[in-house]
Amino acid sequence: MTTIAPDERVLHAARIASGNASAEESVRTTLARIADRNPKLNAYRETFDAHALAVAAALDRAPASAKAKPLAGLTIAVKDNIATTEGKTTCSSKILANYQSPYDATVVRRLRDAGAIMVGKTNLDEFAMGSSSENCAFGPVRNPHDTTRVPGGSSGGSAAAIADSLCDIALGSDTGGSIRQPAALCGAVGLKPTYGRVSRYGLVAFGSSLDQIGPLTRSVRDAAAVLQVIAGHDPLDSTSADTPVDDYLATLDQPIKGLRVGVPKEYVSEANDASVNAAVERAIDTYRSLGATIVDVDLPLTDLGISTYYVIAPAEASSNLARFDGIRYGYRAPLSRDEDLFDLYAKSRAEGFGAEVKRRIMIGTYVLSSGYYDAYYKRALQVRRLIKNEFDTAFQACDVLLGPTSPTPAFEIGKKSDPLSMYLCDVYTVNTNIAGICGISIPGGFATVGGSKLPVGLQLQAAAFAESTLLRAARMLERAYAGG
Amino acid sequence: MSGSALRDSEVRHVAKLARLRLSEEEVARLSDQLGAILGHISKLNAVDVADVEPMAHPLPITNRLADDVPTAPMPIEDLLRNAPAKEGRFLAVPKVLAEGGA
Repeated sequence: MTTIAPDERVLHAARIASGNASAEESVRTTLARIADRNPKLNAYRETFDAHALAVAAALDRAPASAKAKPLAGLTIAVKDNIATTEGKTTCSSKILANYQSPYDATVVRRLRDAGAIMVGKTNLDEFAMGSSSENCAFGPVRNPHDTTRVPGGSSGGSAAAIADSLCDIALGSDTGGSIRQPAALCGAVGLKPTYGRVSRYGLVAFGSSLDQIGPLTRSVRDAAAVLQVIAGHDPLDSTSADTPVDDYLATLDQPIKGLRVGVPKEYVSEANDASVNAAVERAIDTYRSLGATIVDVDLPLTDLGISTYYVIAPAEASSNLARFDGIRYGYRAPLSRDEDLFDLYAKSRAEGFGAEVKRRIMIGTYVLSSGYYDAYYKRALQVRRLIKNEFDTAFQACDVLLGPTSPTPAFEIGKKSDPLSMYLCDVYTVNTNIAGICGISIPGGFATVGGSKLPVGLQLQAAAFAESTLLRAARMLERAYAGG
Repeated sequence: MSGSALRDSEVRHVAKLARLRLSEEEVARLSDQLGAILGHISKLNAVDVADVEPMAHPLPITNRLADDVPTAPMPIEDLLRNAPAKEGRFLAVPKVLAEGGA
């Protein structure tokens, strides 16, 4: 089995901060690689070459302490549903094709303050709705391991960019797996923090009780370093948690003695690709060899996650996306003489939104409509509590849960044209968001499919605000796989 | 589990609530697709949810009050920069009320 040494970019940041490496040189290398590779991958919608070079040159002229700028000179790609004053913030949607944010998202501000240099915005499934990055107004994103295949979604642009070394670190958002699943399909690390751990201010809202921003990186250390910078309460997001932020990097390399790894039997399904189950088995053996205890865990509601998610997420989306009405910002459809305000709303939205977004708005509106609210929405919220209770019970018996991130490696572009078959890609990731706990996808090996070597991801989940445990457990496996 | 298609009239009603103008093709396609998706969702009917408190949010948070300190608002020019139509410092919209309407 192939081993890959993790690429720890945060070590390069320390060299830049101390003046021993050039940020400008690093930015130039990244921009040149983007110019060469992006026409094939469509990972970036837009790059900020002049801005990035200017920020890098300023950093090189005035080196800071690594403590003040822990991400000094690292190039960062930002998913295009996160607001930036540079360039546009389009959500890969026609309705926001010309939208320029008047402010930075809190995560972007914090990363800039930490010395990171934004090089561009990455494509996504429109409004983060999808698992393949095909639902994109600006064309599909392609997987760098095989450009006939999808990179996963919805943070597919960020995942392709990080996997192909088109940036040092990337930001994604995860409502039901949108960081972890593309990380798995592209061979990257993808972290979904606990709900409320990271400010959502400046993230265009999809499912407000599910959304979290998180990093996609090429090592667990980089994920920890980015989380260290972006975690914590933000007065601009009243749902961000007051819970103190741990020092993730201080403990990262300490293996957890007596780690209890829970393996739910529901996660090792016959419906998974054989390569995926093999990767889970190998991880179980590896953890055992590291002294961890493997615990059998039951999560019988796993299978109901998709049904629950496809009530709650579209319901919240239909409400959140009501703001796109053609009045204050975004696309406004031209009207004929006899058309009124209702027509302006209905035409602007019909012409501005793509098919998947309309589908989700329709599901959400249906389940919230008079006569169906109790049968669908209220019931889904009740099952949501049962799913959370099931995790609470599991985490009494184990520290982390291990399983696959995605049931299959990357599939071919155009393969899943039926919406329901696409939704089922997220069977192992949606429950993390439903319960509000944290999860990470890390590289777990490769599958050989039709002559291509495709990455397979492993998912670890931990209790709310247990990111330290999650990252340490992930690092143990990463180190073992790298032969260290 | 496959669900039965929604009636076209139901799809049109929901589209009106959602302020989406759909073509006839979209209505036909959505009646099938929404039927299949709602059929999958109906798996939830098998769960005993008696006496289970609905969970709308992962965190047990209540209203959070900010300190009553005035801060500078975002400049109106910045906010109007994205407006599809404007007149001076205002958003321009089509006529809302009919002639002689209340």
